[in-house]
Amino acid sequence: MTTPILQIDYLRKEFGGLVAVNDVSFAVAEGELLGLIGPNGSGKTTTMNLISGAMPATAGTIRLDGQSISELTAAAISRAGVARTFQLVRILPEMSAIENVIAGGVYSRANRWGPEAETRARELLARVGLEERSELALSAMTYIDQKRVELARALAADPRLLLLDEWLAGLNPTELQMAIGLIRSIHDEGMTIIMVEHVMDAIRSLCDRCVVMSSGTKIGEGATADVLSDPHVMAAYLGEE
Amino acid sequence: MSRFEINLMLLAGIAITCCAALPFMTEGFYLTLAVNIALYIALCTAWTLFSGPTHLVSLATAAFFGIGIYATAIGIEYLPFPLAILCGGLAGALFAAAVGAMTLRLSGVYFVIFTLGLAELARQIVTYLQTKIFGSIGLFVLTDHTEGDLFYYLLALIVAIFVTGWLIGRSRLGFAMRVIGNDELVAKHFGIEVARSKIILFVISGGFIAMAGAIMAPRYAYVEPASAFNATMSFMVVIMALLGGTRRLWGPLVGVVPFTIVTDFISANFPEHINIMIGLAFLLIVYLLKDGVSGLIDKAMRTRRGTRLQGAKS
Amino acid sequence: MTILVTGILLGGTYALIALGLTLQYGVARIMNLSNGETLVAACFSAWLLFTTTGINPLWGLLIIAPLGFVANGAIYLGLLRPLVRRATSQGMLEVDSILATFGLLFLFEGLMHLGFGGAYFNYQFLAVPFKFLGGSYALNRITAFGAAAAIALALYLFLYKTRMGTAVRAVAVDPEAARLVAIDVGLIAAFAFGLGGAITACGGVLLSTFYTFNASMGAVFTMKALIIVIMGGVGDVRGAVIAALILGVMETLVASLIDPGLTLAATYGLFVLILLFRPQGLFGGAAG
Repeated sequence: MTTPILQIDYLRKEFGGLVAVNDVSFAVAEGELLGLIGPNGSGKTTTMNLISGAMPATAGTIRLDGQSISELTAAAISRAGVARTFQLVRILPEMSAIENVIAGGVYSRANRWGPEAETRARELLARVGLEERSELALSAMTYIDQKRVELARALAADPRLLLLDEWLAGLNPTELQMAIGLIRSIHDEGMTIIMVEHVMDAIRSLCDRCVVMSSGTKIGEGATADVLSDPHVMAAYLGEE
Repeated sequence: MSRFEINLMLLAGIAITCCAALPFMTEGFYLTLAVNIALYIALCTAWTLFSGPTHLVSLATAAFFGIGIYATAIGIEYLPFPLAILCGGLAGALFAAAVGAMTLRLSGVYFVIFTLGLAELARQIVTYLQTKIFGSIGLFVLTDHTEGDLFYYLLALIVAIFVTGWLIGRSRLGFAMRVIGNDELVAKHFGIEVARSKIILFVISGGFIAMAGAIMAPRYAYVEPASAFNATMSFMVVIMALLGGTRRLWGPLVGVVPFTIVTDFISANFPEHINIMIGLAFLLIVYLLKDGVSGLIDKAMRTRRGTRLQGAKS
Repeated sequence: MTILVTGILLGGTYALIALGLTLQYGVARIMNLSNGETLVAACFSAWLLFTTTGINPLWGLLIIAPLGFVANGAIYLGLLRPLVRRATSQGMLEVDSILATFGLLFLFEGLMHLGFGGAYFNYQFLAVPFKFLGGSYALNRITAFGAAAAIALALYLFLYKTRMGTAVRAVAVDPEAARLVAIDVGLIAAFAFGLGGAITACGGVLLSTFYTFNASMGAVFTMKALIIVIMGGVGDVRGAVIAALILGVMETLVASLIDPGLTLAATYGLFVLILLFRPQGLFGGAAG
């Protein structure tokens, strides 16, 4: 295997006395679509936040293309090529859809501004099926459309690594099929993706490999089918419910 | 450029020409009032460059203004007036950079508190330096500039501030500020250096405010710390700008003109009541005029356009 | 040594003022910039009581503190709660409450100015020297310090030893969680805001026994209280007390060794050091 695009070693995050992420290590290869799964409160979103620089890690290293990004700010990590969506949608409510998407590329790795940025934003809005609604203020959009805008905005950053934090949550079955197709097509073009997800059908049909977390610790890693039939993993899920 | 913007620029051109003719037509009281209005337009618009998009209430205006006055007071002996004004702007910008670097990386409350006593701090330090080191409390600013001259300088400054504001609005920096104003976390996650962007805007805003102070220095003739660093000015600027509304570059204009006239009237007739008026104005803004008068105008225009569209459909 | 003791004595009163503010900000989450006006109003009330009816300011506390409680509670319920209710984010509430309390600051300052003018006031209460640790100090300063310490201790016991106090601390830590365990967050916030006003009023009464005051000094004291609160860490009782003592000593040092006109500069110097090195407060954990 060549140098992985993302290499995480002994990543740790403590909040006061609570250990949210407990010495977790894993790697993501270029072009891979990795599922990060586990019961609620298992530390998945915290892990995503540590990768994107939303908060500093207590210990451990995160390397992107072999370079450590653990000490960088979120802004610097964005310029290094990590883009994300948020668990609870975070849109720019007073800006239009197209401006939201342009915002993804202006200062990030894409570094795109002017007519070029607008053209690219229109392409991406078309890609997520919103070309008709590009001038609409985000506060006037439905939740699903806001999620689409968030994905387009992340893509506008030209990321090396895309983090999707429960991007499929809250979709109805038709929307889900469409959304799965969209993620697959992005992946097929060579994008490296980590997705935190609870929708098991989506994990099965999309992810090559999964990392399973429970109570802050990594309890399993491997090919999706193997991991999902692992008794430990099943116990972790069932124990929670 | 949209049609609306072209119309707006035409309107601005006419307004500037009319204003420029003003000193020829009037003198005394009305000219002084016109200078006051022009001064507060400059101050409020410059204030809004920073506080509009960041939603951070800056009370540093009086400190910048005083720095500008002192720049002219000290510089006028060695430099022509316009150069002294530029030096004032530079001094204000440097001061803003120092204050911004210390406070704008942290939560907004720290910034507000820090700027709250800034004018008073500057007054104490300048008083101390002047009495202990230079041996006298004041400085003479002797120039032959009339009120009319000051009015032209202010007019030029206002044009410069508006052009700068318009350019920022179209630039990457302006776009970044809008993103920050919408959601700081998202801004950080898409590569925007939030603290640095805020500091740059604060520096620009502080520089312009100090230039306004430098322009006004000749009016004081004798400059002393207590008159140069007048904390009430900071609050007046906040009120006028918010009263007008900070979402548009021209918003503060709407607040400045009536409020300057009212203030002038009250301080001439009921000087004891000026703080009560300021207090009531703040409460009025918070409870009744959230987006200022320009916000109301925008809303009215949207509603009108909305009804017109509906009318066309039916 | 004299400077140190004088500074600590002054710091005792500062601590009360700052405790009042930190209760209001830490629990009700309103940055009350008109806090200093409660202080000034208390100074004038104590002066009025003393000069017209001869009531000892220490007894005056029993009248003025409840008034401070009622007035601040009413301000919270009447003016600030609507802002809390309409705010969609913490940032929006911050801007609104800053502007609203600015309004109150100017309004009250203007009213008191109208009533008392801009002159400086003081009165003679226990203005006799007291020999202590080889120095001579005014007895009123020592009494004020003692009373401040007693009130601070009572507040501490209330917050840490009673049910109601525990509820107040719970709201300060996490309003959402407090709501889940059936604490009436709105009521507690109003109560804490009133209590903060009462504590600040006590600080004002004690201050008036040894300090020359006027109608327009409120803002400067708000500023000092804010800096103490930040230095001590928001909502941290112990931190506020220690920060207040540090500020008291620092101011007395600068005033007596360099120049009395530079006390605010001293305050700012301390503030800058805090901002640069410990923005989370003296005893805070990781930066927030």
